[in-house]
Amino acid sequence: MNNNHAIIAENVVKHFGDIKALDGVSIAGETGKVLGLLGPNGAGKTTLVRILATLLKPDSGVVSVGGIDVLRHKQQVREIIGLAGQNAAVDEILTGRENLFMVGRLYHMPRRDANMRARELLEQFSLTEAGDRPVKTYSGGMRRRLDLAASIVARPSVLFLDEPTTGLDARARIAMWETIRELVSDGTTLLLTTQYLEEADELADRIVVIDHGHVIAEGTADQLKANMAADFIDITVADPAQTASASTLLSPLSTETPQIDDLRGHVVLAVDSGAQRIAEVVRLLDSQDIHIAELNLRRPTLNEVFLSITGEAIVEEEAKPKRRGPFRRRSA
Amino acid sequence: MTQNTFTATFSSGGRESSALQRLLWNFTDTLVVMRRNLYAYQRQPELIVFATIQPVIFLLLFTYVFGGAIRFSTGGDYINFLLPGIIIQTILFASANTTVGLAVDLSRGIIDRFRSLPMSRAAVLAGRTSADTLRGLFTVLIMIVAGYIIGFRFEDLGSGLAGLALAVAFGYAVTWISATIGLFVKDPEAAQVAGFIWLFPLTFASSIFVPTQTMTEQWLRTFAENQPVSVIANTVRDLMTGTVNPDEIVLSLLWIAGIVAVFLPMAVWRYARVASR
Repeated sequence: MNNNHAIIAENVVKHFGDIKALDGVSIAGETGKVLGLLGPNGAGKTTLVRILATLLKPDSGVVSVGGIDVLRHKQQVREIIGLAGQNAAVDEILTGRENLFMVGRLYHMPRRDANMRARELLEQFSLTEAGDRPVKTYSGGMRRRLDLAASIVARPSVLFLDEPTTGLDARARIAMWETIRELVSDGTTLLLTTQYLEEADELADRIVVIDHGHVIAEGTADQLKANMAADFIDITVADPAQTASASTLLSPLSTETPQIDDLRGHVVLAVDSGAQRIAEVVRLLDSQDIHIAELNLRRPTLNEVFLSITGEAIVEEEAKPKRRGPFRRRSA
Repeated sequence: MTQNTFTATFSSGGRESSALQRLLWNFTDTLVVMRRNLYAYQRQPELIVFATIQPVIFLLLFTYVFGGAIRFSTGGDYINFLLPGIIIQTILFASANTTVGLAVDLSRGIIDRFRSLPMSRAAVLAGRTSADTLRGLFTVLIMIVAGYIIGFRFEDLGSGLAGLALAVAFGYAVTWISATIGLFVKDPEAAQVAGFIWLFPLTFASSIFVPTQTMTEQWLRTFAENQPVSVIANTVRDLMTGTVNPDEIVLSLLWIAGIVAVFLPMAVWRYARVASR
C-alpha cells in the first residue's frame, strides 16, 4: 500500500438494486491533506464515505485507510478513524459532556482520560457553557459542533466529514469552516464531502468531482478551473434594455455563447486571455454608446467548472432564486 | 506532517487486541451503552410513569371487571391467577421499547456512530436489551406492590422470587426478538406498530388472563397451551403460588435459552449490516 495516501479507494462498485450508487470510483487522499468530494445530491458521496468508514461493504473494489485494508480489518480501521455524518449523531437526552464521555469510554479510554478529553473538547468547540445541558436544547450549529467533537475524541489520524455544514446558516457555516481548518492543521487526513462548491474551494487541498457514481473530474481547485482555459468577464450595462445588443456585439470575443440576464443587464463572456480582451470590450461598447455600470475580470467559479464538465448546473439550495415572477393572466 | 499519522493516543492503534481484552470490552461497552439508555428513562420520567400506569390499569380492570366472571373457571382467587400473568404481559409489552428505541437510534444516525467506533459489536444491542429489561423489572416490582394492595400474596417468598427471576429472564430473551425486529423495520413510526403487533396474539392466546381449558377452538387451545408465553406464565404462576414443578422449570429455561440462541446472533448479524437509510 502507498504510504503517502491515508485514504485509498480503487474501482469501488456498490449497487443498490438497479441504482448504481458507485460505478467504479477511485480516489486517493494524500496523508495529512484535505480531500474534497464534491457532487450533487445522490452522486454517491455518502455511499463512498460509509464504505471507507467500515459501515458498508462494497460489491467490489479495494479500500484502505491508514494503510489498513478496510474490508479485512474493520475493527483496526475503526481505531484510527473519526466519522461525523450528515445528521448530527449525538444523543438528545444526554448532555454534551456525557455524549463525549460516552464516546471516549467506547474507545476504551480510562474514565479519567475520557472525562478530561470531554472537557478539553467542550472548550475547543466553545461548548463549555452548554456542556451540562441536554443536547435537545442545542441549536443546529451547536449539535454539529458536538458531533464533530465526538468524531475526534480519540484523535483520529483519518477523519471523514459527510456534508458537515449542510443545513447550517451562513454564519454557522463559516464558523464550522474555521473549526475544520484548525482541526486539520495538525496533520489529520480529512475526507470531506460537500454539495457546496465554495466549501470545497475553501477547505480542500484536492477536489474529486463525483456524479452518478462516477468520478468526473479531479485536481486542485485551481487545476479544475484552469482546465477550462478561460477567464470570465462580467459586464453590467447601465441600461438593462441594451443587454441583448451588448451581447450580440461582444459575442465574437467570447469562446462560448455569452450568458445574459436582461433584467439586471448582466453579460458574461468566456475569454481566452481576459486582460487583453477587456480593452476590446470597453472599446466596442463605447462605440455603440452602451454605458458600462460594472466590469469584472475573474477566474471561473467551481459551479461553472461543474457545468462545463457535466453539462448540468449544480442546484445550490441557498442560491436558488425564489420564483416570484408575475402571474400571466390567462386570456379568456 | 508524517509523524503521528497512524497512532491513536488511547486505543490500541490498529493492533489486534487480546481475546481476553476483547471479552472484557464486550462487558464494559455494554455497561456504557446501558447507562446511556437508562439515563433516557431517568430523564424522561413520564416514559416510566405511563409504562407503569398502563399495566396497573390492566391489573385493576381485569381483577374487578372480569374477575367475577373468570373466578368460576380458575377456581381460587383470581388475583393470584392474574398477577403472575400480568407480570408476563408487562414484561412482553416492555420489550416493544427495544424495537422502538433501536429504530430511533438508527434513524438519528447514532447507530452509525457506534458502528464506526472500535467497540464490541454486540454491546449496542446488549446495552439496549439489558436497560429495557431493568426497566421492565422496575415496572413489575410496582405491579407486585399494587397486587399486594388488592390482595395478592406470595405463597412462599423463595419460590415467588424464583418466579420473578424467571419472568425477568424471559423478558430479557424476548427483548432480543424485539431488537431483531427494530433492526429490520428501521423506521421509528413503523416500529411503534411492529414492536407491539406480534405480541398481541402471543399475549392473549395464552394462559396469561384465562386458563387455556376455557378456549373452545381446539387449534387455538393447542397453540395456546404449547406456546412459550403460556409455558412461562404457568411456571411463574406455579412458583408464585408455591408450587415447584421441575419439568416445567426446565422447559421454561429451554425456551429462554432457545430464544436467545436464535435471536441474539440474528440481531448482531443484522446490526453489522444495517444501514440508516
